[in-house]
Amino acid sequence: MKRLAPQLLTLAAVIVLISLVFPGFLSVEFSNGRLVGAPIDILKRGAPVALLAIGMTLVIATRGIDLSVGAVMAICGAVAAWAIVGGHGLGAALGLALGAGMLCGIWNGLLVAAFGIQPIVATLILMVAGRGVAQLVTQGTILTFSHEGLAFLGSGSLLGVPVPALIWIAAGAVTGLIVRQTALGLLIEAVGVNPRASTLAGLNTRVLLVAVYLIAGLFAAIAGLIVTADIRGADANNTGLWLELDAILAVVIGGNSLLGGRFSILGSLLGAMIIQSINTGILLAGYPSEFNLVIKAGLVVVILMLQSPRLAQVFALPRRAPLARPKEAGE
Amino acid sequence: MNPRLLPLLATTMIFLLAYAICILQFPSMLSTRVVGNLLTDNAYLGIAAIGMTVVILSGGIDLSVGSVIAFAGVFIAVMLRDTALPPLLVLALLLALTTGFGAAMGGLIHLLAMPPFIVTLAGMFLARGLAYVLSIDSVPIDDPFFKSLQGAYWLMPGKGRLHLIAGIMLASVLVGALVAHRTRFGANVMALGGGEATARLMGVPIARTTVLIYAFSGFMAGLAGIVFAIYTSAGYPLATVGVELNAIAAVVIGGTLLSGGSGYVVGTLIGVLTMGLIQTYIVFDGSLSSWWTKIVIGGLLFLFILLQKALLRLGPR
Repeated sequence: MKRLAPQLLTLAAVIVLISLVFPGFLSVEFSNGRLVGAPIDILKRGAPVALLAIGMTLVIATRGIDLSVGAVMAICGAVAAWAIVGGHGLGAALGLALGAGMLCGIWNGLLVAAFGIQPIVATLILMVAGRGVAQLVTQGTILTFSHEGLAFLGSGSLLGVPVPALIWIAAGAVTGLIVRQTALGLLIEAVGVNPRASTLAGLNTRVLLVAVYLIAGLFAAIAGLIVTADIRGADANNTGLWLELDAILAVVIGGNSLLGGRFSILGSLLGAMIIQSINTGILLAGYPSEFNLVIKAGLVVVILMLQSPRLAQVFALPRRAPLARPKEAGE
Repeated sequence: MNPRLLPLLATTMIFLLAYAICILQFPSMLSTRVVGNLLTDNAYLGIAAIGMTVVILSGGIDLSVGSVIAFAGVFIAVMLRDTALPPLLVLALLLALTTGFGAAMGGLIHLLAMPPFIVTLAGMFLARGLAYVLSIDSVPIDDPFFKSLQGAYWLMPGKGRLHLIAGIMLASVLVGALVAHRTRFGANVMALGGGEATARLMGVPIARTTVLIYAFSGFMAGLAGIVFAIYTSAGYPLATVGVELNAIAAVVIGGTLLSGGSGYVVGTLIGVLTMGLIQTYIVFDGSLSSWWTKIVIGGLLFLFILLQKALLRLGPR
């Protein structure tokens, strides 16, 4: 908990700040069999970024980065809509979409692990080509569908809680348990800290690397399904557009180093909620929507300053010699 | 032969080969009109990609260029509409602004010891947001001076038009190449891209070089914004979304290593032209859908990255 203190404080500060401007922010009501209120809305709208952030955390922990997740969301949404429109049923749609996501993840993982290409470059390929592939699937149109089963994933609710929120919370809990209750998390951190030493210590680095990109692809597929189900249509151009950047931001705000190693999935999820609270808060506070990006940029810089290793050194330990600046992300 | 020249050579060969295939299928693509349009249509991308080349040579990345181009267009349009300032002064103001913006990002990257990826991501939000604040609609530019810039061209043999903005792009390539390969600053950039610790030990002024690198990229993005404003005669805050990705792709196709330290500015020009050629081919063909552009560019990226990987393994670094 102590490690996550900055994130919890930031989230609390954001919520207090919004509550000052918009007093009814924290109220939640129960009407028409579902919970209604801004916090519930944040939990629901934050689902895609939260899901992407889980996979991105693991990828970044191996000192990688996955730029393609937004495009993978578009591909998987397009595949699901295509299967539904083609009358193949919900099972086929979900199976094909998740399969497509995992396939994209394996492709990224193989480029990184087998060919030894820098992650930022390897995933750039799918980021550029992926939207083309998604458009190929939808033939350049927005594929709309009316299928209650699939739409339930995006806009339904269980026991009053929106389904997308349940999905990301469950995904985060399961992934967190798997990596922390087994040695898997430790092994992923080992690869991030020193791939060569991990290999020499007997770790199958390649399989592990492919696995984390596969997981990132799988979660991107789920995120793509949620977005597609929510708007009941696959928009190859806009589904998941720039969400990879929000996901990376969530991971960084969550206190994870882009240089790999120690990671916290809970931190990244808090980061995702901070971002979504900022987005929702700016809207609720009634600022003209033109100011959204400016305020977001300002907050990002402030959060970065608070977490900067160099500034912390300047204020806390003025006499210690400065450490070498970290190398570029994705190295 | 210098093994560093191999990626550049391969890029040039592939461009010439692709052009030859295009000409075999559509003989009219050989005309200077097509060449002139290729240069004009990709002028803004080329200029932005030159700034990106210098950033990538230093081992960094600049995600803000697309947003800065959009901001530049809106800034010029709004200033020309709402104030009586002479157009040249507006352009000078804009270049000073974007250069300062880039320098500030470089300063933050050095000061905060944060990865350029995240800092320029914040810059991307900020520039796009400022463009929205200035105007959420498309603003036309009807300044007569601007119109004359748009109409200025040199008639090449074969009636091809080399527009002013294409000329600006070619001049930028020349300046960029000189800066990157013939100045002390360029040598510092390469050293930084080779590794910061070594660069520091060699006496490279890290802070100043980092600030200058992003200031240069900001200047180039501003210039690209001016060219884009001349090209479209309007400022639109939603324009040029994702141009930074095209610029990065052009730099990689042009043979520059994304890890920094090795590459040529001229290669980037060929990368931009290769991407433009794919688009021109799709237009000429008429039956291919536009999404094939993205898929083919993705395939090209894959090809070049594999090629670089193979070359690195063969030759000494």
